[in-house]
Amino acid sequence: MRAASANRLPAPARASTAALLFLAPALLALAIAGGWPLLRTLWFSLTDAQLAGGDFRFVGLENYRWLLTDPDWWRALRNTLLFATVSVALETALGILLALVLDAGFRGRSLVRAAIILPWAIPTVVSAKIWAWMLHDQFGILNRALLAIGAIERPLAWTADPDLAMAAVIAVDVWKTTPFMALLTLAALQLVPAHCHEAARLDGIHPVRFFLKVTLPLIAPALAAAMLFRFLDALRVFDLIYVLTSNSRSTATIAVYARQQMVEFQDLGYGSAAASLLFVMVTGATVLYLAVTRGGVQESRS
Amino acid sequence: MGQMHRLLPTSAILSVLGLAALMAGRAGAAEVAISCGAVGIEFQLCRSGAEAWARDTGNTVKVVSTPNDSNERLALYQQLLANGSPEIDLFQIDVVWPGILADHLIDLRPYAKGAEREHLPFLIDNNTVDGELKALPWFLDVGLLYYRIDLLAAHGAQPPKTWEELTNTASRIQEAERKSGNAQLWGYVWQGRAYEGLTCNALEWIASHGGGRIVDEQGAVNMANPKAAAALDLAAGWVWSITPPGVLNYAEEDARGVFQSGNAVFMRNWPYAWSLAQSSDSPVRGKIGIAPLPASEEGRSSAALGGWQLAVSRYSRHPEAAASLALYLTSAAEQKRRAIEGSFNPTRQELYHDPEIVAANPLFAELEPVLESAVARPSTVLGSSYSRVSAEFWQAVHSVLAGEEKATPALEGLQARLERLSRRGG
Repeated sequence: MRAASANRLPAPARASTAALLFLAPALLALAIAGGWPLLRTLWFSLTDAQLAGGDFRFVGLENYRWLLTDPDWWRALRNTLLFATVSVALETALGILLALVLDAGFRGRSLVRAAIILPWAIPTVVSAKIWAWMLHDQFGILNRALLAIGAIERPLAWTADPDLAMAAVIAVDVWKTTPFMALLTLAALQLVPAHCHEAARLDGIHPVRFFLKVTLPLIAPALAAAMLFRFLDALRVFDLIYVLTSNSRSTATIAVYARQQMVEFQDLGYGSAAASLLFVMVTGATVLYLAVTRGGVQESRS
Repeated sequence: MGQMHRLLPTSAILSVLGLAALMAGRAGAAEVAISCGAVGIEFQLCRSGAEAWARDTGNTVKVVSTPNDSNERLALYQQLLANGSPEIDLFQIDVVWPGILADHLIDLRPYAKGAEREHLPFLIDNNTVDGELKALPWFLDVGLLYYRIDLLAAHGAQPPKTWEELTNTASRIQEAERKSGNAQLWGYVWQGRAYEGLTCNALEWIASHGGGRIVDEQGAVNMANPKAAAALDLAAGWVWSITPPGVLNYAEEDARGVFQSGNAVFMRNWPYAWSLAQSSDSPVRGKIGIAPLPASEEGRSSAALGGWQLAVSRYSRHPEAAASLALYLTSAAEQKRRAIEGSFNPTRQELYHDPEIVAANPLFAELEPVLESAVARPSTVLGSSYSRVSAEFWQAVHSVLAGEEKATPALEGLQARLERLSRRGG
């Protein structure tokens, strides 16, 4: 590609100037929409500012020191990591299964494909509220069904019991987001050349072996990107958890923690510090993920 | 407060709905913007009351809708006031907000000219910050014990006076009824979700055991005491025995749902639940009674105080007119109208035995003795740190109820955390 059109490209120096020019509007928009709020948040995290206004002063790393000695912060961090890893792992596994089913030809496939995206298309607050009622210990349909088949002896408090609440929240997230993973995986699956399937069938290769040796390596880059999106998304989860379990400690994530500090307690400086640490985590996860997957991605492109 | 918390926090979008009065202002007349309840009868009564005042005085009013969820509403008020915005002159504020918003509100004493003494004194105390009357009481809420008259009669029980009686009666009736096929029945439901309502519930348990009210008059924390621990142990003991474990995520409406479907013997709730539980399609219609909440042997009944006040913004361009509207809306005649048409509880004692009000809603006569036991949350003394203290408090209580911690270590931990917070000065 590059070799073919090389003679029409301008000199390298002019090329980078032109590239910068073309990029400038996007960079400017990004700086205004992303950079400025980010810098403000970082600045506020070094002050004792209150949301209600008034004078504030520079306090250095005091907020961070305070944050790292707050057991609630550590609990929120643990909750966030647990939620993100477990939900993304389950969504990926189930998403691949679902995609393989959808990839097979069967009657009404396009209808199923459209229907399957529904959980993901419903606004989270709405579906979380629906789930809150379905998981309700007294009126919930889930307890009613489990009681009817004798799986449990008395109603379980899904969203209230600290031992169950995290599992319930993860289950709802898996329900909601598996379709997203399935569709992204399906798109990748359809790029697997048909002749590979034919060759494998002619050679009599077991489908599981074919999947592990051929399909999985081919869809790995797309899958890695989808998992990264999902993981970053899961690290800053807020709406689902807030609707299902409010500020309860057993499920509060960093985003819930930061909102509570900032809005309910009006502590802008401290809340900003919590938000900044979340930002650092998200960035760190991205860098780490890219570093780990880089080799694989390039290899499959070549 | 209960009126707000039972509604879902859906109003994240601030739909500011301006409804200008039809009256054209006379020369020198002011337009007063009031923020009050955003939905249903609360909104209608606020608007009709404000418009009546506008007709009498020749001013105009604008009723501004604000979010229904009280946390969201507070956040909006704080933003408006922090910016010194003159958009809203008169604010409807929760009973725990005068301390939080004090800096932005004017002293109403010069305008009230003694009229404040007609209100219940504990409300005036609650609304007085550093000697200034920051808000006029408009309507109130108190925690109540609801009970099933039919079930108590069938099992030869009386409404309980002590927590011990409540526990025994509830478990006895629950056991007997479940044996006779009423498998869904629970003894006692209340609000155990990790939110402000749990602070109200727990404050009632602890205060009725003589265990204090989170902080003393000087704002010093006094939570790590055996009476408070006994109160929390008692409540934790209810969960799974007479209280469904789901209570740990119940707010007002969840508790009412269980009680109103006939699945609970006792319920702790605010007065609003009365008219709903007595409505024509309610399975428990005509079978319920109310009583003051129980106390321990040596303590006295304590009902968390909720309700709403009217306060004038420091940034108002027409403080005089706004104060006049506040005085009109909190007057005896207007509170009587609101009590009859909307069951809003007056803040004036004599209205609780006003014949017309009692005829319209017999509940008011039964509410009067409960007023004696009203306990305010320590919001006025704590000021802007109240939200944080309350959140720490309900979190500690929630972990005891969930069985994650025993009461004594949880309260000691709370004490340490609150002292840590006060050192930070936040």
